[in-house]
Amino acid sequence: MRVPLRPLARILQARQDGLNPDLIERDNLRKRHEDMQDRSRGHNQWRLKAMCLTFTLAFAAIGTRMSILAATVPVEPRASVQGAEIIAQRADITDRNGRLLATNMTTHALYAHPREMVDPKGTAARLAEIFPDLDAAALERRFTDGRSFVWIRKILSPEQMQLVHEIGDPGLLFGPREMRLYPNGTLAAHVLGGSSFGAEGVHSAEVIGVAGIEKALDARLRDPAQSAAPLTLSLDLSIQATVEEVLAAGMTMLNAKGAAAILMDARTGEILSLASLPTFDPNDRPAPLVDKDAEPGDSPLFNRAVQGVYELGSTFKIFAVAQALELGLVSPDTMVDANAPMVWGKHKIKEFDNKNYGPLLSVTDIIAKSSNVGTAHIALMIGPLRQQAFLKSLGFFEPTPVELIEAPGAKPLIPKKWPEIVTITTSYGHGMAASPLHLAAAYAAIANGGVMVQPTLLKRDGPTTGVRVMTEETARASVDMLRRVVVEGTASLGEVPGYEVAGKTGTADKPKASGGYYEDKVVNTFAAVFPASNPQYVLIVTLDEPLDTTMSEDRRTAGWTAVPVAAEIIRRVAPLMGLRPKLEPPAPDAVTAASN
Amino acid sequence: MRPFLSIVTFMALIALGFWAYRENYATQAALKEVDQLQQEIQSLREALSVQRAEWAYLNRPDRLRDLAAANFDRLGLMPMEPTQFGTAAAVAYPRPPMPDVSLTFDVQGTTAPPDLQDQ
Repeated sequence: MRVPLRPLARILQARQDGLNPDLIERDNLRKRHEDMQDRSRGHNQWRLKAMCLTFTLAFAAIGTRMSILAATVPVEPRASVQGAEIIAQRADITDRNGRLLATNMTTHALYAHPREMVDPKGTAARLAEIFPDLDAAALERRFTDGRSFVWIRKILSPEQMQLVHEIGDPGLLFGPREMRLYPNGTLAAHVLGGSSFGAEGVHSAEVIGVAGIEKALDARLRDPAQSAAPLTLSLDLSIQATVEEVLAAGMTMLNAKGAAAILMDARTGEILSLASLPTFDPNDRPAPLVDKDAEPGDSPLFNRAVQGVYELGSTFKIFAVAQALELGLVSPDTMVDANAPMVWGKHKIKEFDNKNYGPLLSVTDIIAKSSNVGTAHIALMIGPLRQQAFLKSLGFFEPTPVELIEAPGAKPLIPKKWPEIVTITTSYGHGMAASPLHLAAAYAAIANGGVMVQPTLLKRDGPTTGVRVMTEETARASVDMLRRVVVEGTASLGEVPGYEVAGKTGTADKPKASGGYYEDKVVNTFAAVFPASNPQYVLIVTLDEPLDTTMSEDRRTAGWTAVPVAAEIIRRVAPLMGLRPKLEPPAPDAVTAASN
Repeated sequence: MRPFLSIVTFMALIALGFWAYRENYATQAALKEVDQLQQEIQSLREALSVQRAEWAYLNRPDRLRDLAAANFDRLGLMPMEPTQFGTAAAVAYPRPPMPDVSLTFDVQGTTAPPDLQDQ
């Protein structure tokens, strides 16, 4: 109710008393303003409180939610459908037909919480019974010295796990583990490499590649988005097994220290088989050599096909001849000076066994008979600069781009200077060293009509385009010359009926670590292309220190060692690849005229 | 009117509460079942991968080679050879279908000499 500013009773009273009635009005006005202020203040105070409450509640809600999120253990979204995407933490590896080369298996690791153990002494003794490599006393010491956590085994077999269960000590605990398994054992061991555990926790451990393609493509194999899709290699399991079998038999028969073979599709660069002996089991990878004096080749981990950088000997001769053909310097029938020995400055170039194929030899015969002197004269026609450029275009100056972690480390050994004597020695494969895989890639260029292919271990869908390094005619003529080597030259044991093998032998003395060459240690190589009329495959076989003792005299040349091994590989492997032998057409069923 | 509305509202509240209670439990049961099924799927996947690994292990070339050698008497398996490729010309044409021998025919004519009967 509104109070009048000038209440009549008080005014009249004031007038009677002779006071100023305006004072009453002013007093009332002041009171009214005070009332209004009080009301307004109360109102605003309430609003402020409401605001405070709202904000406090909002912040409290957000804070509570955040602390709940921070404190909870992450869980899989339960209501969503879990697809087939995430099965294993590392993708499988298969061969080109989808057969498993590497997969994962669930197993368990064993660890202990010694403070929860009932009987540390008895447990240690029984664990040592189950795992003979564990020492009971050492284990007991670790269980009783007050620590709260001990790793015991990284991987358990189901039987071992059952035995540990039977101990029944509450301090023994199992952690799930995913373990890499190579079901084929030593097969393609150098390609697959191996794997081990990276960061380890109780609930899981990461599996990391330690060598080979497992390490080179580690990121791809561990990518969760691609873990359901296996990595498909270009290798073929049956072919790889056959190549390894034949190569191992050849290595044993020829008393070789090591051997390597590469079988490559010349059109696509896909490596169908890559073998290196001696080999190892990637499930149980041996430790690397620690002896300083040991050569890297002494370890079975050494991949001779990729890491083995050897002087490849006469297999190089075809490159000098192909380049001379390409440059128009010679034709296959040109007669070249091949009078041995050839004297160049203080050096003397000799033929094998001090023979002399001269005075003149056709270019085809230089390849067929493997004449060092003839090749040297051709190389001198080409000259050092052009020779280097050609070898570079064939990939001999760079490590091979194949998907193995070892590949970038295997750099070819190139002479620092390139005087004419190096031109001469390089033309027949001495003084410069490269891996068998380099040789395979270069021969593939010849077999592929003069176009380079990139060697790869991954399956490709079709032919690839590469750089042309020589004309198709040159490549054709080179293959024809290589065919002569098998038909009538140094590789006559390489003939496989129906498959028209063409190839070139190479025997190189092994260099000593101290300089110079060994008298009786050689590396034999046979580089083959087949079938010659329509080259599809390249095969390189290398034997380290072979010796053929089957005859009265010891033989160390490639024609007697690497060539028969390669021929047997082709004979066994070509049918597996569906390659039909080209035999004489069978006589048609025809009526033959006969007189009686 | 007013008490009637209050009673209806109260009943509706009870009904909704009952429905929400049931839904809550049904959801929890469904989630539990999903958990169980996913655990089952996971264990089946693991079993599948173990069996795939075992299949690959049992079919490894070394073992098959040894088995083929051990059972050579019965199976006679040899490595594939270039000579095993045949030619299309070597495959015989299918023989013309023989007449059904269960039916009887009246045949007239002369009997062919024995050496022509095979053709």
